Amino acid sequence: MIRTEHYIRLGIVVGLVLLIEGLCRTGTIPASVMIAPSAMAAHAIEILREGRFTHDIVASFTSIAVAAACAVGFGFAAGLAIHAMPGVRRALEPLIASYYAVPTFAFYPVFIVLFGVGSLPIIAIATLLAIVSMITATMTGLDRIPHAFSKTARVMRLGRWQTVWHVKLPAALPHLFSGVRLAVSHAFIGVIASEFILSGSGIGYAISYAYNNFENADMYALMLLVLVSVTLINSALNHVDARFQARRRR
Amino acid sequence: METKKPNPLGTIAVVLVLIGLWQTVHLLGGAAIGSPVATVHGLWQMMGTASFWEDAAETGRALAYSLVIAVAGGIALGLGLGANRLAAKVAEPMMMNLYSLPKVTLYPLVLLVFGLGIASKVAFGVMHGLIPILIFTMNGVRQIKPVYFRAAHAMHLSRNQIALRVVLPAVLPEVLSGVRLGFSLSLLGVLIGEMFASQKGLGHQLANAMNLGNIDALMAVALFLMLFALAGNALLMTLSRRYRATGA
Repeated sequence: MIRTEHYIRLGIVVGLVLLIEGLCRTGTIPASVMIAPSAMAAHAIEILREGRFTHDIVASFTSIAVAAACAVGFGFAAGLAIHAMPGVRRALEPLIASYYAVPTFAFYPVFIVLFGVGSLPIIAIATLLAIVSMITATMTGLDRIPHAFSKTARVMRLGRWQTVWHVKLPAALPHLFSGVRLAVSHAFIGVIASEFILSGSGIGYAISYAYNNFENADMYALMLLVLVSVTLINSALNHVDARFQARRRR
Repeated sequence: METKKPNPLGTIAVVLVLIGLWQTVHLLGGAAIGSPVATVHGLWQMMGTASFWEDAAETGRALAYSLVIAVAGGIALGLGLGANRLAAKVAEPMMMNLYSLPKVTLYPLVLLVFGLGIASKVAFGVMHGLIPILIFTMNGVRQIKPVYFRAAHAMHLSRNQIALRVVLPAVLPEVLSGVRLGFSLSLLGVLIGEMFASQKGLGHQLANAMNLGNIDALMAVALFLMLFALAGNALLMTLSRRYRATGA
């Protein structure tokens, strides 16, 4: 069953790529709008080999990694702290629920003023974008630990930290990992989008620079790189996530 | 949810603390960011000018168009995909991947296809808003209790009747959650579009203020957008809560 789904999905993707390829090759989509996927891929490989954008790619991925790590670390800590204080939690809940309504990018300029130009404001905004999903996931994870678990731990006379390490953390892990997955994808969006709007380096900047200079080949090659790397990272995280979920259900 | 009892006093306290933090940053950073009072004052003055409302209307129009398309398309596609088990299973990971894609990277493509007008902004807003609505609707359809369908069959309802009378009311709470997310993401999409390439709209005002280093204008517009987004979010939340209360 899972096999068939896989093949259908693969078929759809391949079909779409081939369709675009055909439309581009026959000139239905003019080359000024979009270049053929095969040309994109060839140019992407060429770019990687040349190393012309290596600096930007490294800059972006470093920012993404730092932002994701900050979001996961601080989000986990904040989730623990808020979960320990039910009163505070009830006060924060409506704010957390409407957090994603706030157009965070509107504050990007403010961060530039605060942190200066560079990777710091980008990391700050990506962290802000990613942290709340981690906080929520941590709290849900802690909520969902069955009461029987802590009772059992008490029966076995585990210490406070032993309980946390051997019982609570493993029980909450699937939810925590879902939070990590969301945090990573939000960090990705935050970093690339901020670079796009106003920055001097990074993949987002390189794409917008290529767009402004009508360098379609570079632009599409970089876009393809982003799409492929996001898809790869997502499917890797999804795979682990699915494993965790399956284990939880067992 | 275990801790659903709201704590409005606490919420107000948290908001006050946040404003206090803002004030502290202002005092420490000096001219780097405007104080809360100055920002509110600046926004008030800005709201008195006609050009502000022109830009706001431009953004509002783009947002309205993209919301209509995103809601209609998202619900239709979500119902269609959710109706078929295989289709839903095939589509879900793809949709999740599309959702977590940094869609800004595709903005140049949107610009090349739709040109530099309102159409590209709307398209970009739809790209952001449609997918969450689709995902929520699809999952909503898949979670409908089979009993509902058996009852519908027992009553000899036609396919259209089932869709309209059974499926739609059953998924409405989910759809409303999706629309809430879609609303904020569409707004974000339209704003990013305007910030990147547009001559009108609040996003353009933001980008403009950023380039001119006009902190007060920037903070004022950002505050306005935040309040607008929060108001829309609160409205949709009340709506879904009320529906849930009567429906459940």
